[in-house]
Amino acid sequence: MTKKFTKDHEWVQVDGDVATVGVTDFAQSQLGDVVFVELPEAGRVLEQGKEAAVVESVKAASDVYAPVSGTVVEANQSLVDDPSMVNSAAETEGWFFKIQLKDTSELDGLMDEAAYKAFVEEAH
Amino acid sequence: MTEAATALKTTPLHALHVELGARMVPFAGYDMPVQYPLGILKEHQHTREKAGLFDVSHMGQVRLTGADPAGALETLVPGDIKGLAQGRMRYTLFLNEQGGILDDLMVTNAGDHLFLVVNAACKDQDVAHLREKLAGKAEVELLDDLALMALQGPMAAEVMARFVPEAATMKFMSYLSATFKGVPVILTRSGYTGEDGYEISCDKSDAEMIARALLGESEVEAIGLGARDSLRLEAGLCLYGHDIDTTTTPVDGALEWTLPKRRRAEGGFPGYDIIHHQLTEGAARRRVGIQPDGRQPAREHTEIQDANGTVIGEITSGGFGPTAGAPVAMGYVDIANSAVGTPLTLVVRGKPLPARVAATPFVPQRYYRG
Repeated sequence: MTKKFTKDHEWVQVDGDVATVGVTDFAQSQLGDVVFVELPEAGRVLEQGKEAAVVESVKAASDVYAPVSGTVVEANQSLVDDPSMVNSAAETEGWFFKIQLKDTSELDGLMDEAAYKAFVEEAH
Repeated sequence: MTEAATALKTTPLHALHVELGARMVPFAGYDMPVQYPLGILKEHQHTREKAGLFDVSHMGQVRLTGADPAGALETLVPGDIKGLAQGRMRYTLFLNEQGGILDDLMVTNAGDHLFLVVNAACKDQDVAHLREKLAGKAEVELLDDLALMALQGPMAAEVMARFVPEAATMKFMSYLSATFKGVPVILTRSGYTGEDGYEISCDKSDAEMIARALLGESEVEAIGLGARDSLRLEAGLCLYGHDIDTTTTPVDGALEWTLPKRRRAEGGFPGYDIIHHQLTEGAARRRVGIQPDGRQPAREHTEIQDANGTVIGEITSGGFGPTAGAPVAMGYVDIANSAVGTPLTLVVRGKPLPARVAATPFVPQRYYRG
């Protein structure tokens, strides 16, 4: 399984042709206490780089973009019920949605863990 | 970032904020702590449950002296300043000739002078306004050698009494000149959270010692501007520049309680004709509390529609209320839709979000009534 990262601080974990998407631990630390998430419903077609979900902290609302194009197969209902999981488990139980990949070559343009780590350190 | 940061002013507690791990942001020209490592949610809850210490040194502290500073100030504000007993304080508003609000402020009768606390973003214009309008009637001094902190929460009184025993019995909205670990302080029993507590005015050079002493008490945590905003919003308190400004009168802003009987009858403050007319005939719109259904917050500038889809106003402050456990907001609606319970539709990211007009405060105020 490969895990990739975007410059917008999403992570995508690929398992076959299905990918699990969430926001990074760095992103949650910047967002602060998350109080609400709006996730895409199953069946929705997402385009890489376009709005996919919304995450609201006490202080602000932020868009979450689709790291890859495809069709949503499942949203994380537990996260809707307990949005604080974004803070406590951003890169594990706090996943946002699973997506059926349209084009696996899109993954090539994303960063691997080492590159993302360097990106965060450089930008901040 | 670095260029902007160098232009920002700092408070006497800046180094302490950094030491405590605060995330600093520009606010009203100052580099201020928006949150500490605890985070906004826990800082908010800690203030409601125990006690929180806020640095509000960016705010303007002003001394007004003269033969009759109260009479002079009454020409600029609609509050009863002449009737303010020594040692007591009151919330009032600087108004323009249209009855619009130039700033909101606290006025304390300190005996030989009036002590004013005004908003950081307005302080320079407030001082210029006072100097221009009260020329020859009162002396205006911006006390920029002072720091200001707030200690807020149900345990604030117990904590403060360890340093200033006589603080325990101070009445809500009163003033005390006292000594804190050997240095002079001015305490007022007031704040901006809906909780019991104090504001502490002291010399800049004593601020860090006082802050460290208070933070050294087990009940006290440092609280940033993020939680200050969610606390005041739950308490139904206005934020100047958002919920009230030069385009809103005290009547529009549901602040009729700042217009006492004598001033309503006598006038003598800017915008009196317009405000008197509104008090008699009613205003076209009104600031109300708004409770969105569900958990999604509606932020400032969110459009408000009535049941028919007609745009009737917008949200002026909105977010998630950690104590309310729900989103909370305030905003302006036309008068026909301003009654508590009226259903509204908020348009959040293009989607309708049901809401209703709600009574404020969203959480009970717990001021000390003695």
